[in-house]
Amino acid sequence: MATDTALDVVMPQMGVSVSEGTITKWLKSEGEPVAADEPLLEISTDKVDTEVPSPGDGVLQQILVAEGETVDVGTKLAVIAPEGAAPAAGLPSAEQPPPEKTPEPATARAAAESNAAAGGEAVTPTAETTEATPARTPTAETTEATPAPADAPTDGAADGKTFVSPVVARIASEHSVDVGQVSGTGRGGRVTKKDMMAYLEAGPQAPAKAPEAVPERAAGATAPPPPPAPAPTGAPPRPPSPEPAAAGEQLEPMTAMRRGIAEHMRRSLDTSAHVTSAIEVDMSRVVGIREKLKKEYQSAYGVNPTYLAFIARTAVETLREYPWVNGEIRGETIVTRNFVNLGFAVELADGKGLIVPVLKNAETLNLLGMAKGVAQLAQRARDKKLLPDDVQGGTFTITNPGGYGTFHGTPVISQPQAGILGTYAVVKRPWVVQDELGADVIAIRSMMNLTLTYDHRLVDGALAGRFLRDLRKRLETWDESSY
Amino acid sequence: MAEMTYLQAISDALRGEMRRDKRVFVIGEDVGVYGGAFKVTLGFQEEFGAWRVIDAPLSETAIVGGCTGAAMMGMRPVAEMQFADFISCAWDQLVTVAAKQRYRAGTPVPITVRLPSGGGFSGGPFHSQNPESSFAHIPGLKCVCPATPEDAKGLLISAIEDPNPVLYFEHKHLYRRIKTEVPDERYTIPLGKARTHLEGDEITVVTWGAMVYTAEEAARELGDGSVEIIDLRTVLPWDKKAVLESVRKTSKALVLHEDTRTGGFGAEIAATIAEEAFEDLDAPVKRIAAPDAPVPFSPKLEKAFIPQVEDVLAGLRELAEY
Repeated sequence: MATDTALDVVMPQMGVSVSEGTITKWLKSEGEPVAADEPLLEISTDKVDTEVPSPGDGVLQQILVAEGETVDVGTKLAVIAPEGAAPAAGLPSAEQPPPEKTPEPATARAAAESNAAAGGEAVTPTAETTEATPARTPTAETTEATPAPADAPTDGAADGKTFVSPVVARIASEHSVDVGQVSGTGRGGRVTKKDMMAYLEAGPQAPAKAPEAVPERAAGATAPPPPPAPAPTGAPPRPPSPEPAAAGEQLEPMTAMRRGIAEHMRRSLDTSAHVTSAIEVDMSRVVGIREKLKKEYQSAYGVNPTYLAFIARTAVETLREYPWVNGEIRGETIVTRNFVNLGFAVELADGKGLIVPVLKNAETLNLLGMAKGVAQLAQRARDKKLLPDDVQGGTFTITNPGGYGTFHGTPVISQPQAGILGTYAVVKRPWVVQDELGADVIAIRSMMNLTLTYDHRLVDGALAGRFLRDLRKRLETWDESSY
Repeated sequence: MAEMTYLQAISDALRGEMRRDKRVFVIGEDVGVYGGAFKVTLGFQEEFGAWRVIDAPLSETAIVGGCTGAAMMGMRPVAEMQFADFISCAWDQLVTVAAKQRYRAGTPVPITVRLPSGGGFSGGPFHSQNPESSFAHIPGLKCVCPATPEDAKGLLISAIEDPNPVLYFEHKHLYRRIKTEVPDERYTIPLGKARTHLEGDEITVVTWGAMVYTAEEAARELGDGSVEIIDLRTVLPWDKKAVLESVRKTSKALVLHEDTRTGGFGAEIAATIAEEAFEDLDAPVKRIAAPDAPVPFSPKLEKAFIPQVEDVLAGLRELAEY
């Protein structure tokens, strides 16, 4: 190559272990023209003796290291100047830049080539070439496009759910689906191909299945949820079973939500060891306080202080002392957390479905906040205006079938949580209490049953019992000032 | 159609070819008077004479070398190794001479080498091996591993017809254990074409030989119809297309063989799946094979060595749950 700027000739690296070389002979003298790749000098190292070719066309302007001298690899040995350039003023001095810089590519390559040509022992030309161009591979790698949708959830890198298999990545990208919105049934909550296909088939209702899916999310990392658009690929809803109805039977197709619920309920029972414990709570104190607050809350905040809000508030408080009840079994590990994302089972207006919106960070809410949060979520659920994020990440759930007067139930856990609290009708019952003198008397009290259905794999009966006991105590001794 | 054992089907195919084609002859240790160690050629010498049913000396090198020469002179020899394990003695004749003859000189070498292989009956380290993977690595050879009586017949006829050296691995454990209907007429089954043994849509099991039945039992025990079993039938050439098609459907693959794991043919299949169906995978490709050790004598150890139904079941469950 013809040079138009000065080129440095440096002591080449003649093998991985070689650190220095000796100039045995200069083949050109200062001022002599030299062509690219023409032998310029001979060097000797403890591995090989070889010629060093010129890195370019020009004139050997200056020799910096004399014959017989031994210098480190990378040391500048000479300067090749463009043809016709003035010879250098003199020999090197202090102004010469220190030589430990990486050899200039051309020179290094030439050195490697000459090295290979020399057929020297134990030299590794490839290694040298790679060393000379260290920046190459990383660039290539970073420019490589990842097949997975780049907008997949960015949080919780450590949990199993974030691993996206090749086929899931491909389907997600083909259908522009955010994998994070799909509920995973694979190991550690991983989204499987099956989940993906079910999600696509289910269409826009899919969030109904979501509450179980997402384990804790890193604070603040929540990506803006995509609009709850209809399923991008027109996978039509499954046609009704072709089998004809028998006399008196009527057939209707299952909605996506129904299928989602069906799948989740079955899976939950197959996953957790469901056990239910019940406790009777004297709600008289709460009833009184609620009566008092009702007016104030209604007029000042436009919100109803429901029993559910009271129970949610005390439940969150109690969960702090029972992290396993607010925990999760993830593979072989137990997950506990310092926050409570509280799910509420909400019946849809048509009575044909159920959704579990999640009140995030419920531990930060007081009674008013809880009442407001529950009311808003429930309204959004009934209006079908929940965002995918609203139904994900729950750590504990409350279900309230008591509105219809039932006094007991055994709800199914929302996976992968460890427990679900059931609240039942508040009824007036004769109840034995102590009067001021400590004597037993029968009083009319507002009683409510609470159930805790828990995953016995993680939560033992005694723990559940203590949880319920403490919860009862909090409700029965409700302290207005502290909530 | 007649019911035949796997062994009878082999015998039937061989007898049929000998009757049909005078160029076909049999050579091996004790194949004549004794009728073969497993009685595949019982009665052959009486029917075809000592010149077409040749008792050879105990030299696999001589047997395969002799077959190679005869094949080059236009014959269609069928050699029997008493046990597949002994094929190592004939490695040089097979790999250096027979497999490369066509490439070097253009001469076809239509030999068939029958290899009673496989374990499961306490045969120990010298009488139980499955050496197909070693030969599947040799360009110029073909390796056939039938699993059913019907395939045993059709594939043996194809092997004899094929102008290349074909190694025909017949699994000893299937000889008398597997009995099914086999068509009476002569038919061939193309080499390199797999067969779907069981249909399913969630996990593909790729296997061959006796492991087809192990896989089947595991799939039935799993009981949800999710498992698809691809019986390769021949490992060289192998039906890549069928395997990839199935894996693209199921997205999960389990490769199963009785031979040892490292460098086993399962590795080739797994690598091909990873290479060509990567974007269709929903789980890592799983291999189940024997550990890298000689086949043990002790029945208990042998059971631990050869992949069992429960091993496959565990593998299937692992993939299903992944």
